[in-house]
Amino acid sequence: MSLDRRKFFKVLGVTGITLAIGKEAGANQAIVSETEFSGVLFDAVRCKGCHGCEYDCADANNLPDPSESILKAEKTGMKRKTDESRRTVVNGYQTSKGEVFLKTQCMHCNEPACAAACLTQAMYKTKEGPVTWRTEKCMGCRYCMVSCPFDIPKFEYHSPNPKIQKCTMCYDRLKTGELPACVANCPNDALMFGKRRELIKEARKRIYEKPEIYVDQIYGEHEAGGTDWLYLSPVPFNELLLKTTIQNSSYPQLTKGFLYSVPSVFVLVPALLLGIQKATANIHKISESDDE
Amino acid sequence: MMSNIYSVKVDHGVTTTWKFFLSEIKPKGKLLTPFNIISIPIILLGLGIIVIRFWKGLGSVTNLTQEVPWGLWIGFDVVTGVAFAGGAYVICFMVYILNMQKYHSIVRITVLNGFLAYVFYAGALLLDLGRPWNVINPIIGNNFGTSSVLFLVAWHFLLYMIAQLIEFSPAIAEWLGARRAHKILSGMTIAAVIFGITLSILHQSGLGALFLMAKEKIHPLWYSEFIPLLFLVSSIFAGLSMIIFEGSISHKVFFSQISEKNHLAHKSIMHGLSKICTGTLFAYFFLQLLVFIHGKHWNMINSPYGYWFLFEMTGFVLMPMFLYFIGYRKNNILMIRIAAIITMLGVILNRLNVTVIGFRWYDHIRYVPSWMEIVVTLAVIFTEIWVFRWVINRMPVLRESPIWVKKINN
Repeated sequence: MSLDRRKFFKVLGVTGITLAIGKEAGANQAIVSETEFSGVLFDAVRCKGCHGCEYDCADANNLPDPSESILKAEKTGMKRKTDESRRTVVNGYQTSKGEVFLKTQCMHCNEPACAAACLTQAMYKTKEGPVTWRTEKCMGCRYCMVSCPFDIPKFEYHSPNPKIQKCTMCYDRLKTGELPACVANCPNDALMFGKRRELIKEARKRIYEKPEIYVDQIYGEHEAGGTDWLYLSPVPFNELLLKTTIQNSSYPQLTKGFLYSVPSVFVLVPALLLGIQKATANIHKISESDDE
Repeated sequence: MMSNIYSVKVDHGVTTTWKFFLSEIKPKGKLLTPFNIISIPIILLGLGIIVIRFWKGLGSVTNLTQEVPWGLWIGFDVVTGVAFAGGAYVICFMVYILNMQKYHSIVRITVLNGFLAYVFYAGALLLDLGRPWNVINPIIGNNFGTSSVLFLVAWHFLLYMIAQLIEFSPAIAEWLGARRAHKILSGMTIAAVIFGITLSILHQSGLGALFLMAKEKIHPLWYSEFIPLLFLVSSIFAGLSMIIFEGSISHKVFFSQISEKNHLAHKSIMHGLSKICTGTLFAYFFLQLLVFIHGKHWNMINSPYGYWFLFEMTGFVLMPMFLYFIGYRKNNILMIRIAAIITMLGVILNRLNVTVIGFRWYDHIRYVPSWMEIVVTLAVIFTEIWVFRWVINRMPVLRESPIWVKKINN
């Protein structure tokens, strides 16, 4: 894993440098394109809240029909969350610019907390970008759920053979060259699939061309160290209840210091203990002879 | 003819071993004691709930939700239980590394207590795992998640249990009368102790480090990058208070097994431990104070969670610290025992504050454990006490080792 992480930082570093230097670093781009993450750009200005992506997601992943919960939410005005029976939901929010819709699913972080938390690598950041979950490795400890800042992994509490349910960016479809189900079928072009770098460029272009419509922020560009899903919105993101308390550095960074101290503790502490043990070995004998 | 005699001898040996084990399995004391009358129904009920849990899934017996995936079984059984088992590495450090012979008579019972705590509380982890049949994956190498703190903790649990078993194994050898094994196993003690202390330092702090990634979810008064250090320091007085508590009880319950010499030493040991507890409680309080000032959380003190934090710090850190101190100065064993109980309650409170109570403190719907989670937790504790009692009544844990051990050593 240390190799994986190193590789990952390399990728991040190269991506960062490329972003900063831009077109001038032409030579680097060949390397970058090999390892670049794919992602999806969600444009809340274009989303009409048709919930079509929810049906497509359920179809593609053999999940129950979402219509009942959609109707119920429309009647009661309740905000829906993803759960073990749905990997994505679309909610409407009353904002300063009227009703705005927001799609929720896994953000596919560049450096995912869930994958760093997983002790069997069941949560796995693929080199293409999607964070996937692998049945045969998972032991169901739910540490990924504790760690995920976006509360995305969901657990089947009522099954004796429970699975973790979360969006996988339709990794199986991606491998056969298809688009993720939600992207492929969006009638309003609200979802756009592509390389993360391209998506950021496209998002900047949209903001630049219509500054009066878009908020000048791409949610996911820096959040949690950068995510592969990116959001554009006509209103500040806190009006859409997107988590704005998310830190900008990656979450696995938080445990790095502790984990890096482990090898040194393993070398230094036994040596120290052995030294003290040798130093005190005779104390008892001396004090005994003093007593006598 | 020759072979016939040989086989008879073997048969004889097997049957006596078999008889020995059978007679040892039988209960030795009265069956209808108050403890048994309370614990047996709870253990049976707990077993029933465990069957339902594996048949219908975790959701059928626990109140866990998608928002709160870790509840009482992790927050109390594992995180708090392991802190209480910290006494074993502290006592081993004092006796084998610092050569403080005064505490030698409580090494075995402490190590036994620690070992059983790990077996049962880490065992309770299996109940909480959704897919427990995959628990061997991180051990057998079906993908090592080495970037995971839980990976470290899992491996350390396993290795530390082995180290503790080695530390305790001379007692088993004495019980079975295995002289050669006794010699070999005793020779491994120091290595096991050094390895065990190192493992303990890392996984006691590791249990705190588990929560580092839940940065926004834990109340800021309990979250800081120093959780691992705080967990490590508090495991020292948690473990020692457990020794005082458990020692006081076993001193009464197993009175007949303890030698005259150790009876007299008991008070002096409690007295010595109270001094160490005072010191570590002070260090812990000072650390908490530093973290609090460093985190600039003054504005949070005037809120329900702020009061709760102050309650924990004054009532369950400062107060037992003073009680320990007074108990030490006045040589008052009762005071020391009261301090031990308050310290233990404080450790439970602290671990639950980090893992359950302060977790997603901003949510309106709170996690409260179901009665079934509580029953299973009690069943785990009671079963541990049963095994603990069974071992003490059979192996030389509190009573003196058989005479042949001393002959070998001399």
